[in-house]
Amino acid sequence: MSKSYGSGSSKLEVLNQVELDLAQGETTSLVGRSGSGKSTLLSLIAGLMRPDTGHISIDGQQIDQLDDDGRASLRAERIGFVLQSDNLIPFLTAVENVELALGFASGHRSTARARELLSDLGLGHRMDHLPRQLSGGESQRVAVAVALANEPDLLLADEVVGQLDSTTAADVMAMIFTASRERNLTVLYVTHDEQLARQAHRSLRLADHKVVPV
Amino acid sequence: MTVDISIAVDSVVVEHQTSRGPVRALDGVSFTVDSGSSVAITGPSGGGKSTLLGVIGGLAQPTSGTVRIGDAQISELSDRDRSDFRRSHIGFVYQADNLLPFLTLLENVGLQLALNEKSSGTGRSLAALADLGLAGLAYRLPDHVSGGQRQRAAVARAIVHQPKIILADEPTGALDTVNAAGVIDLLLAMQREIGATLIMVTHDRDAARRLNRQIHLRDGRVS
Repeated sequence: MSKSYGSGSSKLEVLNQVELDLAQGETTSLVGRSGSGKSTLLSLIAGLMRPDTGHISIDGQQIDQLDDDGRASLRAERIGFVLQSDNLIPFLTAVENVELALGFASGHRSTARARELLSDLGLGHRMDHLPRQLSGGESQRVAVAVALANEPDLLLADEVVGQLDSTTAADVMAMIFTASRERNLTVLYVTHDEQLARQAHRSLRLADHKVVPV
Repeated sequence: MTVDISIAVDSVVVEHQTSRGPVRALDGVSFTVDSGSSVAITGPSGGGKSTLLGVIGGLAQPTSGTVRIGDAQISELSDRDRSDFRRSHIGFVYQADNLLPFLTLLENVGLQLALNEKSSGTGRSLAALADLGLAGLAYRLPDHVSGGQRQRAAVARAIVHQPKIILADEPTGALDTVNAAGVIDLLLAMQREIGATLIMVTHDRDAARRLNRQIHLRDGRVS
């Protein structure tokens, strides 16, 4: 799969003939310098953009061939996201943010299910709090809960703990690893932290527009 | 019959504890807003404008004093009742558009409906986007449209559930003059169409003048 931005003399090559296989239930980390294309790769896998050449398939389904609607429903049904920040809607409580994600997946909202999920993830005491009343670590844990709400097959995490201290970061990552084990969830996470990267089953680096093993 | 969506803010005090002792962000603020009218809250940074908006929207609780919207004493409700009230009756627009980056504009607008109803109401979300001049961009991601377009999508999200109250916190703060005027035009047009009461915090004098009334807040007091 290849991807460039712009055209002509201002063309910027980001990914060149990248090949990547993610096995179900496996955790994979991705490191690389800023601007090396890590977030672009995640966006391509999520169907948020299309590759210039090459294909991406999830369970045999070629997502780059789907139309906008098809890719949007695939994302809603099968993919969970957590970003470094801004994962939560600021005027909704933690439980409402989770409820929303449940509603999108199943077409019906369920307060009880959202409360159960947050309790399971150790966030029972923060359910009725607004994002701004949560600590950085709590916000990110709620964001993980939101991402897990639709029971995705694939979790894409982009610098999820980039703004957290190392202890809090470890807690949030532990939550993701546990979810992966318990739910047979495939996880691809981008990080700057080499130590966090080594905790994955497999560590990859994006350098010179290619993905290589670390 | 018209629904009463007047707002009464009565002797509201918000006190924050700091290392140097308590600080009053709001120091006895009282005013009323007529049902269906629009009010700009102006004043210097740090004067308590956003705190006031948060209290009216039930996002924060006053230390003392009360806020009434229609016949609901919003400051007296339990956390859960307040969040129910908020999501059914209030539409929020912020300076940062707060759209979720991995959802299309259509999905972002649909979020508000999904919370209150059993579906994301694609038809109504599309109609709201069309009202804001974004019909052709419904399936774009926030990153793939301009700042002005993102903010218009945020307005669509704030009005799609036909709220009684629209609360806007510096909705044009991140936009250039032309885009800012466009967003205000649309916000006022939508407010009139759904008959909502609008309260908008703004530094933008041109925007403030276009509302029915201005309330100036300085050092936590109406001046």
